Amino acid sequence: MRIKKNIAISESGFIFNPAVGDSYSTNPIGTEIIKMLKESKSVAEINSYILNTYQVEASSFEKDLYDFVKMLEKYKLTETDGQEA
Amino acid sequence: MAKKLNIAVTGLNAIDSPGPGIPVIRALKDSKEFDVRIIGLSYETLEPGIYMHDLVDKTYQIPLPSGGQDILLQRLAYINEQEDIDVLIPNFDAELFSFIKLEDYLKKSMGIHMCLPTIDQYEQRHKVNLNEFGDKHGIKVPKSKMIFSTAEINGLMDEFSYPMVIKGKFYEAAVAYNYEQAATHFNKISAKWGLPIIVQEFVYGTEVNVTAIGDGKGTTIGAVPMRKLYITDKGKAWAGITLDDQNLMDLTTNMIGSSKWRGGLELEFMKTKDDEYYLMEINPRFPAWVYLAVGAGQNHPEALVKMALGEDVTPFKDYEVGKLFIRYAYDMIVDLKEFEQISTLGEL
Amino acid sequence: MKKQYERPVISQLNTGVMNKFGTKTEFTPTSHIDDNAVKDLLKEYGSPLFVMSERTIRSTYKQAVRAFKTRYPKVQFAWSYKTNYINAVCNVFHQEGSWGEVVSRFEYEKALNNGVPGNKIIFNGPDKTDDDLITAIKNESPIHIDHLDELYRLNELSEELNIRPQVAIRVNMDTGVYPMWDRFGFNYENGQAWDAINKIMLADKMDLRGLHCHIGTFMLAPSAYGIAAGKMSDLAIGIKQKYNKDIQYIDMGGGFATKNTLKGSYLPGADICPSFDDYAEVISTAILNAGFKENELPLLILETGRAMVDDAGSLLGTVISNKRLSDGRRATILDFGVNVLFTAFWYDHKISPAQDFSHYTENTVLYGPLCMNIDVVRENITLPPMKRDDQVVVHRVGAYNITQSMQFISLRPAIVMIDMEGKAHIIKQRENRETIEMNEVLPEYLKAFKL
Repeated sequence: MRIKKNIAISESGFIFNPAVGDSYSTNPIGTEIIKMLKESKSVAEINSYILNTYQVEASSFEKDLYDFVKMLEKYKLTETDGQEA
Repeated sequence: MAKKLNIAVTGLNAIDSPGPGIPVIRALKDSKEFDVRIIGLSYETLEPGIYMHDLVDKTYQIPLPSGGQDILLQRLAYINEQEDIDVLIPNFDAELFSFIKLEDYLKKSMGIHMCLPTIDQYEQRHKVNLNEFGDKHGIKVPKSKMIFSTAEINGLMDEFSYPMVIKGKFYEAAVAYNYEQAATHFNKISAKWGLPIIVQEFVYGTEVNVTAIGDGKGTTIGAVPMRKLYITDKGKAWAGITLDDQNLMDLTTNMIGSSKWRGGLELEFMKTKDDEYYLMEINPRFPAWVYLAVGAGQNHPEALVKMALGEDVTPFKDYEVGKLFIRYAYDMIVDLKEFEQISTLGEL
Repeated sequence: MKKQYERPVISQLNTGVMNKFGTKTEFTPTSHIDDNAVKDLLKEYGSPLFVMSERTIRSTYKQAVRAFKTRYPKVQFAWSYKTNYINAVCNVFHQEGSWGEVVSRFEYEKALNNGVPGNKIIFNGPDKTDDDLITAIKNESPIHIDHLDELYRLNELSEELNIRPQVAIRVNMDTGVYPMWDRFGFNYENGQAWDAINKIMLADKMDLRGLHCHIGTFMLAPSAYGIAAGKMSDLAIGIKQKYNKDIQYIDMGGGFATKNTLKGSYLPGADICPSFDDYAEVISTAILNAGFKENELPLLILETGRAMVDDAGSLLGTVISNKRLSDGRRATILDFGVNVLFTAFWYDHKISPAQDFSHYTENTVLYGPLCMNIDVVRENITLPPMKRDDQVVVHRVGAYNITQSMQFISLRPAIVMIDMEGKAHIIKQRENRETIEMNEVLPEYLKAFKL
């Protein structure tokens, strides 16, 4: 799973989907996660980065990341790799 | 030399059902006495005025009236630190209550001046109190009644007959020709604007409106009557023409005289076949067509700014009859960056 | 040092059609109540927890007294027990000088037990048994008559006891507000009130000391009180003319609004709630202008409950979980619901997080912990991204919640009062199984079973 190539995200957390014209706003940690997803980082890599950088339990971040990714999917900002689909 | 002023204005929604902000700003930019920097105050990120940089120098998002006065005050304090606002002109009905309550405080603690009706005037002209207002100031008003549930509609049949007008507390009105329509409108409008709903007698006639300004002591500083020539499907004027109608002017000056109205207002009348005038609504601020008054020779927003600053204002004597306004739509081209900035930072 | 964590959130910009007012709201966290950290209070007394601020009660009371006494010479407040009858709360009001106002024998005995003299306990309400009436007559408590059955019964009892009951009649009237409260007392417009007055005066078995009204609840229009006070004064002056009797007091009841936001209201309650001064102005003006001689002005009694205590109460609680509803909306489950926050049925309560967040927010439904679909604390609120164990503060819950809370499914929380110096005192222990089962009786034959 990764962020669609044409999705742009700015430093301020503004996300624009040029295919449909919708815009979104995310908080700084959301911005970081989306950027990592865009760079095709794995969930394990994201996990280890966030857990090393922020004061958060692994189990609670796992839930939050799952929920966040579900929202990205709901907003159709993601695409799946061939093998995962 | 023109006096430099920083003026904050709301109502930048110059859309198909426009707010008065942009016309007010145009009027102020026309002023020979003032050199104004305009601070836009917006609620939405797509209000066109935000992006009209030749009219609006800088825009800040402000919280909705439903967020409460405390939050509004915090935001205004921040904006005032950046912009040193001299005068603020609110242009929405629903925000006026908060601004009237804050008028003294804003003046004393931030040096922001306004020229608004008193809270009593604001309440009295409210749709639900309009009958009483009419009685007090000798103006005919269509019979109206507040209701709180659709069950009350049938009980009104002794006093009302179809068609009747179903109106929201702040906005929206619809004509109902039978119970089903009345109930539908009731539900739709109350869901959006809350209770009560106002049921009003339907008056047949021609709509004539007046944009005016009172000095708070009973003097009418200016008044320009207009008839809508073309109306949009939302009931807004698309085009209108200034009238020579002494009855209408007398009604207006009497009303401003006896109510001692302070600030801008719009009076909406229905003129019947028998030349009777029914007051339909009083809007406690300038209408979106206020620039027609400027075009006809009376710059009401400029007068309002002077009054806000405590200057003496000489009442306007006359205006040009037969001046038209014709509203037009215009597509601006806006860069995504600008939308991003107002959306994420709340300023542009 | 690791950075402060906040749950990642994403929201769509400008969803829905553009209207004049958009949807953005803002919040500020409430980390302390009268110098006590929310997290410390919850740690010590458990979650959820009601907190009453003595400072706020006393300062609110003083504001109310000042508003009326600066406008009218003779004013007496009576604490409305049903609003909040935790003894500690009642006694703060009694220390400030409030009488008691009760609507049941249970409340009556609470007031007596708190030490309120019988002649300073106003006995209101439609439900008073013979025994209640006899007790109140003997204690010389002002009995506010609600209906004719009570009036006749009092006449009989006065003969049996050979004591003159101290009474007032409750009057209802049209004050231009909706709905009209015409189920309590005797109507002014149709002559019922005069009829009751005549019956009392002609039988001459009771002392008609006062007139009482209570025109509604959460009255946002002070003007209605002006109309009511005018009609009450007319009655009092009429009694003076007809029977040459001075009415000693006019009791205007309660019903003043608070800064809570009623569901369906567009503007927040804090912006539209009239002040004590607004109410005091119209009531005093109406009575002062009614035509009483200066030395015959009646005592003005006020039974305002809600406006006296709402601001002083907070409910602290904890986030149990977050979930995503089928339509993508965020839902947050709290450890308190409508069982303890009864007013959630008619207010959009102001709820603040108790800890700092960035300015990112999301729309959330707030649910209580009950296994019941109606257990909704807020249908829609904009809050920062809260996570399990984050804490929240519900503001302005001092009125009616503690007295109307239900022991349903779970146990009712403890209540603490923070005193003038900022020290917390427990004023009601958290319920436990024993306290709930105290009055249960299990028949012997049901005690044993095998599974």
